[in-house]
Amino acid sequence: MSFTGKLGWDSIPFHEPLPLVSAGVIGLVLLGVFIWVWRRGHLPYIWSEWITSVDHKRIGVMYCLLAGVMLLRGFSDALLMRSQQAIAYGNEGYLPPDHYDQIFSAHGTIMIFFVAMPFMIGLMNFVVPLQLGVRDVAFPTLNSVSFWLTASGALLINMSLVIGEFAKTGWLVYPPLSELRFSPGVGVDYYLWALQISGMGTLLSGVNLVTTILKMRAPGMGYSRMPMFTWTSLASNLLIVAAFPVLTAVLGMLILDRYLGFHFFTPEAGGNQMMFVNLIWAWGHPEVYILILPAFGVFSEIISTFSSKPLFGYRSMVIATMVICILSFMVWLHHFFTMGAGADVNGFFGITTMIIAVPTGVKVFNWLFTMYGGRIRYTSMMLWSIGFIVTFVIGGMTGVMLAVPPADFVLHNSLFLVAHFHNVIIGGVLFGAFAGFTFWFPKMFGFTLDETWGKRAFWLWISGFYVAFMPLYVLGLMGMTRRMQHYDVPGWHPWLLVAGVGALLIAAGIACQVMMLYVSIKTRKDRIDESGDPWDGRTLEWITTSPPPAFNFAVLPDVKGEEAYWGIKAKARENRALSDRPDYEPIEMPRNSPTGIVAAFFATAMGFALIWHIWWLVILGFFGAWGTFIVFAWRDKAEYEIPVEEVERLDQARRRSKATLLDLPEEALS
Amino acid sequence: MSERPDEEMARDETAPGEQSEQDSIVGGVRSYVVGLIAATILTAASFALVQFDIVWGPAVPAALVALAIGQMGVHLVFFLHITTGPDNSNNVLALLFGILIVALVLLGSIWIMGHLNHNLMGPMATP
Amino acid sequence: MTAQTHDPNKLGRSAEPNPDGPAPKRVVVSYGFWIFLLSDFILFACFFAGYAVLKDATAGGPSGKDLFELKLVETETVLLLLSSFACGLAGIATLARDMRWFQIAMAATGLLGAGFLALEAYEFLHLIGEGAGPGRSAFLSAFFALVGCHGLHVLLGMLWLTTIMAQAWAKGLREDILRRILCFSLFWHALDIIWVALFTMVYLMGVRG
Repeated sequence: MSFTGKLGWDSIPFHEPLPLVSAGVIGLVLLGVFIWVWRRGHLPYIWSEWITSVDHKRIGVMYCLLAGVMLLRGFSDALLMRSQQAIAYGNEGYLPPDHYDQIFSAHGTIMIFFVAMPFMIGLMNFVVPLQLGVRDVAFPTLNSVSFWLTASGALLINMSLVIGEFAKTGWLVYPPLSELRFSPGVGVDYYLWALQISGMGTLLSGVNLVTTILKMRAPGMGYSRMPMFTWTSLASNLLIVAAFPVLTAVLGMLILDRYLGFHFFTPEAGGNQMMFVNLIWAWGHPEVYILILPAFGVFSEIISTFSSKPLFGYRSMVIATMVICILSFMVWLHHFFTMGAGADVNGFFGITTMIIAVPTGVKVFNWLFTMYGGRIRYTSMMLWSIGFIVTFVIGGMTGVMLAVPPADFVLHNSLFLVAHFHNVIIGGVLFGAFAGFTFWFPKMFGFTLDETWGKRAFWLWISGFYVAFMPLYVLGLMGMTRRMQHYDVPGWHPWLLVAGVGALLIAAGIACQVMMLYVSIKTRKDRIDESGDPWDGRTLEWITTSPPPAFNFAVLPDVKGEEAYWGIKAKARENRALSDRPDYEPIEMPRNSPTGIVAAFFATAMGFALIWHIWWLVILGFFGAWGTFIVFAWRDKAEYEIPVEEVERLDQARRRSKATLLDLPEEALS
Repeated sequence: MSERPDEEMARDETAPGEQSEQDSIVGGVRSYVVGLIAATILTAASFALVQFDIVWGPAVPAALVALAIGQMGVHLVFFLHITTGPDNSNNVLALLFGILIVALVLLGSIWIMGHLNHNLMGPMATP
Repeated sequence: MTAQTHDPNKLGRSAEPNPDGPAPKRVVVSYGFWIFLLSDFILFACFFAGYAVLKDATAGGPSGKDLFELKLVETETVLLLLSSFACGLAGIATLARDMRWFQIAMAATGLLGAGFLALEAYEFLHLIGEGAGPGRSAFLSAFFALVGCHGLHVLLGMLWLTTIMAQAWAKGLREDILRRILCFSLFWHALDIIWVALFTMVYLMGVRG
């Protein structure tokens, strides 16, 4: 057996210039950024304040950054596909089938696992401890490990661009196509190990946040007082804990098939490929609720804040969230109605699917009633929210159509389906991520984002979405199936041209978002958020400064009801004074640790070695990761102390800014 | 367990796996011994059921499942100290959620795949 | 459920929910691990589901009835049960802060676990030698994956166990190490629970055919 396993010079796809050139450009950009950072002397800062940080806020920001970068990667795949389909009428287009198959597989994998997931987990990581009024998540170092494992998975996926190939099987690698006999290359292995590693990170992050929400809440923060975003995060993370082991198991079975000659899903020796479809959707359906529930939470916070009203029907919203959480585990068969389980099974799962529309409808009405009679401020975040309500209702309705088994037999695997899930994932998850990012950006960095460019981005995104995906509904009804590399039906061509224009509009929207970041950073001096409460917020994250100190709260807030911060503000206005000056104490915070990145380094090495059958490196990677955890476990000092003077100084500054915000007299501070 | 600080004792929650009632070492050992004996009896019963002709044949699977569930309960109560007391409600709720998901995935898969096999791999299609 | 009138430690805040704020670290850590264990149960549920679906797909090869030896499984069960018991005693030794008994009980836990693993390895090698390896049929694939997944957990548990023994020996029974011991014992007991499901569903029902 060779020292480098299956890896050799022929693994580099020299015959395909496109991936090599794009990877080269990405590599040069990264190198440029690195050199710039290094020359400016920022490396020690980045190492000690970000890479080894165990602060939930820093980790949350890094998750969002990862999602943003991967969004660019995933979207460039989308542009390639739309342009290919716009061109390839009656000809082969410019992307060979071999390459096109990798592109649509990578697009789906990246968008779900490395854009939507990290974006939502990033927002939850950043916001949930702040909303609960506590200083960090339950397991801060584990949180860092989770993030870096997710980043490892993303790195492995991107390595497949240059070294070897990616899966050509679609984003859910259905067997028997994904079995060794039909996909002998390393593409499926890249997929499998990238997802196993990042899935581990996601699972640990879910455990972490569930524990945080259930066991770490400020005094007085009962379940019936938790902000809506925290509630939806709880539901989402419960689903992560329940669903991701299923993904691990089913991908594990495929790995056993491919590596050790097992027969779970092979066509021979009694294997059953439909078992794979069954199990992967038992993960896959909860997964979409893992993504959408936090987005529901984001919209709840934003709509309530910018309507200057408490959320309408808080309790019904909580109940609806938890009902969705349970129901989402009872509908997975609707992804494979056509597989032939028969009328009674299809009927059961069709009905449960339709039932999910009920709690979702409750939510939509609650948002509308929250806006009703409120003084609405039409910020870009509010535009995303309203755009979401309209778009998501359309997507939800086409979803109910697909839930009718006889209709699904017509629409299954057509572009109608593609339009439907983009309708809910772009209109729901992605809009939610953008809205939430804009909403909490000042909390993350201490200055607000530029609204002009933000609104331009919104209008381009939403119009681009409709132009790109409404034609796909039509095409689906006309019978066009998904994942076609070329076609010769004249009636399809105009619609695909329109869809291509839509993709360009979305590209312009993304360009506006890049401009928004650029302009905002450039003019940050003028847009500093002095008060820590730029939107007249209602929940506890706005009581602290922007950005919050490492310890979040000098003294844990004492929660007296729903909308904790709103109550405190109202009381301060009424009394013309802030609450009494607290007795400060030194605060113990967890020390930074390189455990996360070192463990992820070994995990990446191990994953790469498994993909290429470099067995010595597998063993090295495993023991490296284990050794890293032993070194971590052996340390004697897990925490450092922030002296009381520092706590007092920071909190007094915070109290002064709050007094200014609430227009209170100077003596109100004492 | 007497080392636990007072504030901790005052809380309405117990760590999973931690004994709440028997604060003494003797009580702890007793719990494990009782658990061991009960588990041994149930295991022996399961194995005996299969090896010797004790109960009516078709009832054996049901009896085995009942014994297994009983034994898992014994493990949970005597080894993992999961009880129904108010201090344990959060742990029990989490466990119930887990059991619900296990049941949905397991029974759902068996139901779905059973129907698929029945519809698609009837006697004629069996390889 | 917190509204009790006689609780002096809540300092008059008993009417408020969650009066004391974040839970103590011991509760947080073991609760987090408890949640992780539930996810592990779900992982096993998938392998059980795979086994249940594929158990008749023998592809003309041997079935459970032809292969399983109950004597071996019985011994394995006894070893694992005793190991779980020894692990419980190790936990009690930590209550007494007795390092010697802790190390003895943990060593017993580990040795019994190693015995279990040795028997399982013997069974696997024996089956493969007979031509009934995981590549023979889907039934055997599912069998090896399910039992092997449990065995892999036991193996990783042994790695963890030796680490904890060394750590307790080097650092003493510190608060953080006590928390880890509690998590380990949860893990070890949970593996025994899974084994109960496993010997019932796979072996006992398997030999009946």
